[in-house]
Amino acid sequence: MLKAERVSFRYSPNRPWILQGFSLSITPGERVGLYGPSGCGKTTFGRVLAGYLQPIGGKVELDGKPLPPKGYCPVQMIFQHPELAINPRWTIGKALYEAYQPPPSLLEALSLDLHWFERFPHELSNGELQRIAVARVLDPRTRYLIADEMTTMLDANTQAQLWQVLLDVAAQRQLGMLVISHDRPLLERVCTRIVDWAMEAQTT
Amino acid sequence: MLEVRSLSIHFHRYARGLRRTVLTPVVDLDLKVSAGEVVAVVGSSGSGKSLLAHAVLGILPSNAHIEGEIWYKGQLLTPERQAAMRGRRIALIPQSVSFLDPLMRVGAQVLRAAQLSGKNRHSAAAQRAIFQRYQLPLEVERWYPFQLSGGMARRTLVSMAVVGEAELILADEPTPGLHPEVVQETLNHLRQLADEQRGVVLITHDIQAALQVADQIAVFYAGTTVEIAPVTAFSGKGEGLLHPYTQALWRSLPQNEFIPLPGMQPSPQDLPQGCLFAPRCPLATAECTAERPTMRAIAQNQVRCIHAQG
Repeated sequence: MLKAERVSFRYSPNRPWILQGFSLSITPGERVGLYGPSGCGKTTFGRVLAGYLQPIGGKVELDGKPLPPKGYCPVQMIFQHPELAINPRWTIGKALYEAYQPPPSLLEALSLDLHWFERFPHELSNGELQRIAVARVLDPRTRYLIADEMTTMLDANTQAQLWQVLLDVAAQRQLGMLVISHDRPLLERVCTRIVDWAMEAQTT
Repeated sequence: MLEVRSLSIHFHRYARGLRRTVLTPVVDLDLKVSAGEVVAVVGSSGSGKSLLAHAVLGILPSNAHIEGEIWYKGQLLTPERQAAMRGRRIALIPQSVSFLDPLMRVGAQVLRAAQLSGKNRHSAAAQRAIFQRYQLPLEVERWYPFQLSGGMARRTLVSMAVVGEAELILADEPTPGLHPEVVQETLNHLRQLADEQRGVVLITHDIQAALQVADQIAVFYAGTTVEIAPVTAFSGKGEGLLHPYTQALWRSLPQNEFIPLPGMQPSPQDLPQGCLFAPRCPLATAECTAERPTMRAIAQNQVRCIHAQG
């Protein structure tokens, strides 16, 4: 179980608190939707949960232990802007194979074109890059996924394609997911449970 | 007001050394916009939506080669006429706040837009009036773009486009990455502009946004219009939609069936011979791959598919 316990965070001591005593837990196979207006700290929470940021108060635990400080992190994040998440000076192939060799079946399911692998990120569209980003986090060592507005900038068809692949893999491997979005119908479609940020923040 | 007739855009570029390749991102595109109407242009990225706006304004790069005709108010738009029209009669609401000059006060930027659109004598008054209309407080005049919130910046961009006498507004992806309230506000502004008898083209990949304000929706695929349908056709199970791609797009929405269509849009470097959608189409036959279909009017819709029936 991935668990955030009374997590508090702010970017510096003279800035306002973004998270204050926020708790949430995700069990394997569960897909939790996090719904709320932009600018309220959803992404910051995702970063804390994935270990990119250290909480100031409270703790994040994976199966009762803190996240591993070194090596592969079993909690992986998919970002809203793939063009900012992939090293612009690496070819697509290098970025994709950085951690592992994705099986051909996955490449096919995501309809990745082998021609892309020698190109650089700026030569692909955002939709194409987001497919690469999804393939990249589906390393077999990944156990929890945080999808932060993963398909906000994509058209409806590409959005459905990406989610279909991700939901298949998540079901097979019993991945736990946190889905951050302000698109209510999408959350209702893909999640097993939805947390409303505004209500949650008031009660804690 | 605006009529685009079988517009194609080719780009020539050098691949390696002197080897030239030709990209065709826009193919036989048709579109019509009347005064008082919001036409939403919907399609995935790379379907030629923004290029259409750039072609209408005449701001394509120099390696672009254009075929087809663009008519504005009954007259053919030549490059000279485009230069005279853009910013005055035809205005663009750009995609991002980064289109504002970061080192110039907001008031001065709107004022300059008013002057360029020919409002010399009254431009200061026009700028004040437009600020009031879009509920921008007077002190905002003296602010720099970085001081604006997302919603204010959006309103500033709208102000700049409509402070003059523009009759045709092209709004290029004005909504992504904004709060739902700001999205709503931006869409309402577009609707108001149309209600003042201007023509509005709303370019977006967000069908839900388009449904809220548009009168007609033009669906783009691989650089062509596959279907133009009244907004009422986008309801229920999509029985009112006639093109298989439009139906698939409607089905793929999370509030509908969320079933995607497999495969991807063809690359502009090697487009299929016949119908551009044929490689992914469940209805495709030998006829489809032989020849590009033309736009046909069926009931309220216009559709580019030989199998479509009313």
